[in-house]
Amino acid sequence: MLNIKNLHVAIEGKEILKGIDLTVKLGEIHAIMGPNGSGKSTLAAVLAGRDLYEVTEGEVTFEGEDLLELSPEDRARKGIFLGFQYPVEIPGVSMVNFMKTAINEQRKFNNLQPISATDFLKLMREKKEVVEITSNLTNRSVNEGFSGGEKKKNEIFQMAMLDPKLAILDETDSGLDIDALRIVANGVNKLRREDNATIVITHYQRLLEHIIPDYVHVLYRGKIVKSSGKELALELEEKGYDWLKEE
Amino acid sequence: MSAEQDQILDQVTSNEYKYGFYTDIELETLPKGLSEDIIRMLSAKKKEPEFLLESRLKAFRHWQTMKMPEWSHLKLPEINYQDIIYYAAPKQKAKLKSLNEVDPELLATFEKLGIPLEEQKQLTGVAVDAVMDSVSVKTTFRETLAELGIIFCSFSEAVQEHPDLVQKHMGSVVPYTDNYFAALNSAVFSDGSFCYIPKGVRCPMELSTYFRINAANTGQFERTLIVAEDDSYVSYLEGCTAPQRDENQLHAAIVEIVAMENAEVKYSTVQNWYPGDKNGKGGIYNFVTKRGICKGDNSKISWTQVETGSAITWKYPSCILKGDNTTGEFYSVAVTNNHQQADTGTKMIHIGKNSRSTIISKGISAGQSQNSYRGLVKVLKNAHNVRNFTQCDSLLLGDMCGAHTFPYIEVDNETAIIEHEATTSKIGEDQIFYCNQRGIDTENAIGLIINGYAKEVLNKLPMEFAVEAQKLLQISLEGSVG
Amino acid sequence: MTTLELQEELAKLYNKNASHIAEDTSELINKHRQQAFEDFKRLGIPSKKNEDYRYTDLMSYLKGEYSYEIAPSKFSVDLDDLFRCDIPELDTFIVLVLNGFYYKQNNPVGLPEGVIISSFAKASIQYPEIVNRHYAKYADTKLDSLAALNTLFAQDGIFIYIPKNIKIDKPIQIINIGFSFKNLRITRRNLFVIEQDSSASLLICDHTLCPRSFITNSLTEIYTGDNASFNVIRMQNENGNSSQISNTFVYQEANSRFSSNTISLHGGLIRNNTFAKLNGEGALNKTYGIFFGDNDQHVANYTHIHHAKPHCESDQLFKGILDGNSTGAFNGKILVDKFVVKTQAYQRNNNILLSKTARMNTKPQLEIYNDDVKCSHGATVGQLDENALFYLRSRGISNQEARHLLMYAFADEVIADIKLDPLRQRMNEMIEKRLRGELARCENCKVHHLGN
Repeated sequence: MLNIKNLHVAIEGKEILKGIDLTVKLGEIHAIMGPNGSGKSTLAAVLAGRDLYEVTEGEVTFEGEDLLELSPEDRARKGIFLGFQYPVEIPGVSMVNFMKTAINEQRKFNNLQPISATDFLKLMREKKEVVEITSNLTNRSVNEGFSGGEKKKNEIFQMAMLDPKLAILDETDSGLDIDALRIVANGVNKLRREDNATIVITHYQRLLEHIIPDYVHVLYRGKIVKSSGKELALELEEKGYDWLKEE
Repeated sequence: MSAEQDQILDQVTSNEYKYGFYTDIELETLPKGLSEDIIRMLSAKKKEPEFLLESRLKAFRHWQTMKMPEWSHLKLPEINYQDIIYYAAPKQKAKLKSLNEVDPELLATFEKLGIPLEEQKQLTGVAVDAVMDSVSVKTTFRETLAELGIIFCSFSEAVQEHPDLVQKHMGSVVPYTDNYFAALNSAVFSDGSFCYIPKGVRCPMELSTYFRINAANTGQFERTLIVAEDDSYVSYLEGCTAPQRDENQLHAAIVEIVAMENAEVKYSTVQNWYPGDKNGKGGIYNFVTKRGICKGDNSKISWTQVETGSAITWKYPSCILKGDNTTGEFYSVAVTNNHQQADTGTKMIHIGKNSRSTIISKGISAGQSQNSYRGLVKVLKNAHNVRNFTQCDSLLLGDMCGAHTFPYIEVDNETAIIEHEATTSKIGEDQIFYCNQRGIDTENAIGLIINGYAKEVLNKLPMEFAVEAQKLLQISLEGSVG
Repeated sequence: MTTLELQEELAKLYNKNASHIAEDTSELINKHRQQAFEDFKRLGIPSKKNEDYRYTDLMSYLKGEYSYEIAPSKFSVDLDDLFRCDIPELDTFIVLVLNGFYYKQNNPVGLPEGVIISSFAKASIQYPEIVNRHYAKYADTKLDSLAALNTLFAQDGIFIYIPKNIKIDKPIQIINIGFSFKNLRITRRNLFVIEQDSSASLLICDHTLCPRSFITNSLTEIYTGDNASFNVIRMQNENGNSSQISNTFVYQEANSRFSSNTISLHGGLIRNNTFAKLNGEGALNKTYGIFFGDNDQHVANYTHIHHAKPHCESDQLFKGILDGNSTGAFNGKILVDKFVVKTQAYQRNNNILLSKTARMNTKPQLEIYNDDVKCSHGATVGQLDENALFYLRSRGISNQEARHLLMYAFADEVIADIKLDPLRQRMNEMIEKRLRGELARCENCKVHHLGN
């Protein structure tokens, strides 16, 4: 479903991604690992359409369509979801209003009627359980006053609400204690199906104890330097990244 | 921001002002121009008592010695006061006894504005005084209110029926010497609303005045007076619109509020006068003096305004906190787009001990507009234990607009605690991107973010108004994505 | 006396002495006097109706009988011998200015090559090229009548020139002294040019050495070239009969860094106007100040920070502690031009009122003409924190001591920013003394009293 070919990306003239190749098929979970500054978050942001980055070379197709031509909102509507590393706060905008708008935009895109209020509330209730959110989101603004763990849970909650085809989770495990990590991972696992896919970006192996990937890729200095099965994650945990640099 | 966002800006800037229609109705007008004769004619037409004519003439003579104020951060045009009609009224035969006698054309006009004047059609719990051009057309629910001793009627009727109350309070908060436009209004005001809440009464419904400028070449000079006696409460709403015209029209109003001991008055405005077109042609010049006095101890006056209209807005709803333990509040959202200019804010004058004030101002500027907050917090010598908190934020959309903050803080008592905070920034690109990533397009994202930003103020509006105001914010900013 | 009368008096004073005033300065300086005179006549002495002087009643301080000296005072005593302004462990290049005139007997030695610290009048003749490039270029006489008045009467002051690529570690120190047997009007004119890639720091101390009344009109123009760095610490400590109006105009090129900490300890009227134009990308401006007021003092800080180029940052912080009948004013402005994107500008003014009769007026303003900015301002007026006071007292600290501690802590935010350790320490001592009411003047600058 997702095909990345020779992707080069620069920010303010400085090349960050230097030729990425990656293919993701339905039903798969891919983990992208790598040390800080290797370009992991850049890859996630480029796939979501952040315009801070300039694609200088290469192509990305999503379900056969040129992804790079699409606006961020159209990518989202076609089913790409980015779980942000640092979810932004939007004061005064309630979670309910925010999610309702997002869902209806998606429905409109798919020529569906707006969701009814009762259905929406039902959906909210249902999906909140997926990530064990107990607080009442109705009166809370998007991410405002959320703790670090709550923000990450909120990302997975939104993922559950929007039911994407491809979810890209950027360092979703960072800053989580072990309970929150388990909840977030469970959430992702529950949402896993044969007709969707997930890219998990992480620095540590520990998330991958909970979300078992089909493939692990190591990103280093803007390139994927190694791809293998899930055992690679363990090897990285044991040896660190240094041995890769020598290769 | 990206070129694409700029494009959206261009595309939607041409939003239509929804209330720009004109009602063709037979009018009775005075000749153009301003003189003592015109004032005498106006007063005679309204069969006013002698004291009122005298006070009009005094104000007029004073006005002639004054100059248009220049201190605001506005490019003020030259106004030819002789080129304005000071009185225009829909023609009507005799005094109205029932709604059936109101010109159906007028009823239709207000219906179109979403203000049905038939009581059964109204939102429950809102009594309306509808003012078109220089006169009040109809005040609803008068009888219901009268049973509680509440007087809610047009200003002209109050002059006839309650001259003592009018004489006692009119000009007690905003004297005609106060400023240029107050003097002008005091000389030529035509109508407006009057509201009196007797001692111990909580007004059971929202009172509301709807102002409509309809006729061409006229100025609208209305006057509102609200008196809340001891232990009373009232919530008051004001709305306004005008037809879309190429020439500018002048609106110079006065609102006075008197709150006696333990009384509370909430005054909410959604100001949506015609703002001019996207090239800055036409629109209302809105020069308004609004002021309340917390005369009795423990009284409270709260101003909430959503300002989206007018080519020029010059307006500082203020509180004189005279009694001890009094409270003044000012919540404002001011949006300017295209070529609009706004210089708006408040004054909190602390005279009484333990008086408190809160100022929350949210400015949003887009297009080529200029949006200024101007405020004064003054603590007098004997005002002990005063507290003020001010937060005024400005949000900028696009690189051609301006946002300015001019707060004045004058503290003459050492027990005061005054805090002022202000920020100015552009709309968060990361917030927009976050919304985009969830499938919400930039235009909607901005609408969401703006409404969130203004929420603190919108929450202070009565329910019926809040929904309207939210929509209005979105419409006013349509196409301002930059 | 009305503003008009004072204006006429000053005009007369100038007309009478015009040729003497222009005697020692070069034509480069003198050619600006005519325009300044016209501007002064047009603008007059600012009254409270002038929005910029709304909170400063200049006239109540400026009226009265004053002499004017058009030549350096000649004292039979040697000032060098009398005057020491040492700060332990702080070695500086010291210059003295007496009643507005460079004190000739004192020339700093051991300056790095090319660096000039000299009399302003002399520099106008010796270094015409440099002076002409900068003089009266940043101080706009058309806008501020006191700047016009200064340009009209300008005779002497200090000229500092740091050529390219010179980093002076040893601070320069200017000591401005007011000393006279009569009440005196003083005009001081300074020009500081820091060329590109250079850096320097400057300490300015203002003192009066006698109880006479002085009215000082001081104007300083500062130019910082590309990537230059200039740091000014100023201590104002004059007697309560004296008035000081000080205009500083800073012009900054790309990536230059200018910072100032103005410590207004004492004086009758202190009015500091700071104008900064950030005219090159990446420029950084920090304007800090702390002021103390008691008796009938008036301390006013006026700032105007103009962001004229993108990617600049400015930061203003002014704090005031007011006691007695004193009044304080802050009138700050941030102006960001159209298209000046990626601007960061901050402004803060915090004040404490200690007495029933102290007053504070503050007017922080933002004027912003484009959207790509991060600007904020805040102002507070309040008292010492009662809870903190109680907390300290509950630990056995006396009320008086606890109050001092809290005031000292309040001031520290401005002082902590002073980079030179010995100087920061000295300022702390001075402030402590000031708070205890022990301060007449800086102890180490003690004059072994003239005449005895």
